[in-house]
Amino acid sequence: MYQTRKPRGESSVTIIGAGIAGAWQALLFAQAGHDVTLHERGDASLTLSTSHWAGGMLAPWCETEVAEPVISRLGLRSLDLWRRELPDTAFNGSLVVAHARERADFERFAKMTLNHRRLDAADLAALEPSLEGRFREALFFADEGHVEPRRVLPKLHEKIIAAGGTIHFNSDVSASEVDGLVIDCRGLFARDAQPELRGVKGEMILIETGEVELRRPVRLIHPRWPLYVIPREKNLFMLGATSIETEDTGVSVRSALELLGAAYAVHPAFAEARILEFGSGLRPAFPDNLPRIAINGDSIAVNGLYRHGFLIAPALAELTLGFVARGQIDNEVMQCA
Amino acid sequence: MLTFYSKQFSSRLLIGTALYPSPAIMQTAIRASGAQIVTVSLRREAAGGKSGDAFWSLIRELGVTVLPNTAGCRSVREAVTTAKLARELFGTSWIKLEVIADNDTLQPDVVGLVEAATILIKDGFEVFPYCTEDFSVATRLVDAGCKVVMPWAAPIGSARGIINRDALRLLRDRLPDITLVVDAGIGAPSHAAHALELGYDAVLLNTAVAKAKDPVAMAGAFRLGVEAGRVAFEAGLMDARDFASPSTPVVGTPFWHAVS
Repeated sequence: MYQTRKPRGESSVTIIGAGIAGAWQALLFAQAGHDVTLHERGDASLTLSTSHWAGGMLAPWCETEVAEPVISRLGLRSLDLWRRELPDTAFNGSLVVAHARERADFERFAKMTLNHRRLDAADLAALEPSLEGRFREALFFADEGHVEPRRVLPKLHEKIIAAGGTIHFNSDVSASEVDGLVIDCRGLFARDAQPELRGVKGEMILIETGEVELRRPVRLIHPRWPLYVIPREKNLFMLGATSIETEDTGVSVRSALELLGAAYAVHPAFAEARILEFGSGLRPAFPDNLPRIAINGDSIAVNGLYRHGFLIAPALAELTLGFVARGQIDNEVMQCA
Repeated sequence: MLTFYSKQFSSRLLIGTALYPSPAIMQTAIRASGAQIVTVSLRREAAGGKSGDAFWSLIRELGVTVLPNTAGCRSVREAVTTAKLARELFGTSWIKLEVIADNDTLQPDVVGLVEAATILIKDGFEVFPYCTEDFSVATRLVDAGCKVVMPWAAPIGSARGIINRDALRLLRDRLPDITLVVDAGIGAPSHAAHALELGYDAVLLNTAVAKAKDPVAMAGAFRLGVEAGRVAFEAGLMDARDFASPSTPVVGTPFWHAVS
């Protein structure tokens, strides 16, 4: 899998895009002693970034239902990096449940994924008291984690600065304006350079209630999409996400019905929750839905993270650094011009 | 050769474009299936025009004939409007017509279906109606001008295979000049072979391939299943018999009955 080239050993590195892909690149390069400058075209709220709308699931085993083995490999490595850099990351597992009608799909999910344990109703109630009596069985992926994107991105940005990096918000730089090594992490915005990128719409809803308490994300089996109810701080829950082959933005009534219906199916008390936000983002994807590190002279483009940004961004950053510092090439992910 | 509204095709497998792990796998699976016609949902995914352009261009790269569908429509008016939008966006008068009666079972609304088919055919559409195996409904669709009728094998996505063989046989027997496609409920290549063995002209499926562990390999398996079923039909299948063959030799029977 690995081969090596002559190390580049650049000292100054410009990274464009402060979403999850760019933030991890900046952090690892800054920690390795490079002089890092991170440019973000939007402001620090990152509302222009797909990451702002993400679920933040660190679920490499659940993802094996549809994703290729390379996603699990990058995901597993990334879990270690999340633990190393942000030790308070929640690693208390995730649950998968199904409505009685989705029985066959639940069994299919159990068959296609690894590293889970079957829980009966009593086990489930012990783990999540709010779900007592709600489901006859569940799958428990004990080693999975989750982060809250809107909290964890600022933390990563702080760590970049602490490691000696500089961040410029509201700074729309193009790779051609910059000398030296450039790492382009602009997501779908990089379509000028990578025309085969497409956007896959994901829709989310943020709700608030004190009536349900969940400690970990609950995934409800759905015939088309992985739908999660993800607990956030302060009685907030994120419902997401749809996955639709369109570059329209906004949330459709149908998607809202399905997302809210999923929450209600997990617990009827969600019916009284307050809706705080509807949002949608476009996930940057290549036709094979797999990530790519494209290397072309002084320019490296890290893109196509699709629905796996938070899951694989750390490992992609480590690979990029391995290439720049030691000339290591990962043939599964890297493309050299 | 297989004929749909005076266009000819050699593949007897029609395949859907939804639910694959990635567009690249969708493309490879469709190529492996040998299908020359793909169905595309207008309401959920790629609109041929602006917004779903990236996904749509991946479908166009396949060089296959596109059959847009009205999946998800619950009323005649909704289905007719969707069909007109599809004609504009995809530049085809073909439409797979679905009018759904019930969200849980995805049972076709056969009354609304006949009504919508009548309206669309008058407007110049070439309609591929998704219906149940009910003979009277199929007759009404043919009377309305449908040259293709697509009864289900079993409810959409149920993977149960043909659950009412006798009714599907009756349709084949009574509608010899209509192109008949088994649509929905196919879970295994043997189900597809079964439909072709009954003399059906083609099968249409999506989930069984898209949600397989290896969609590309499964697409190839369906290609073989459809071919086997068609060749068997043309070769003339033997009829089932009512008697059993005794498992132990019976005294006094000729020796060719005593050995298997």
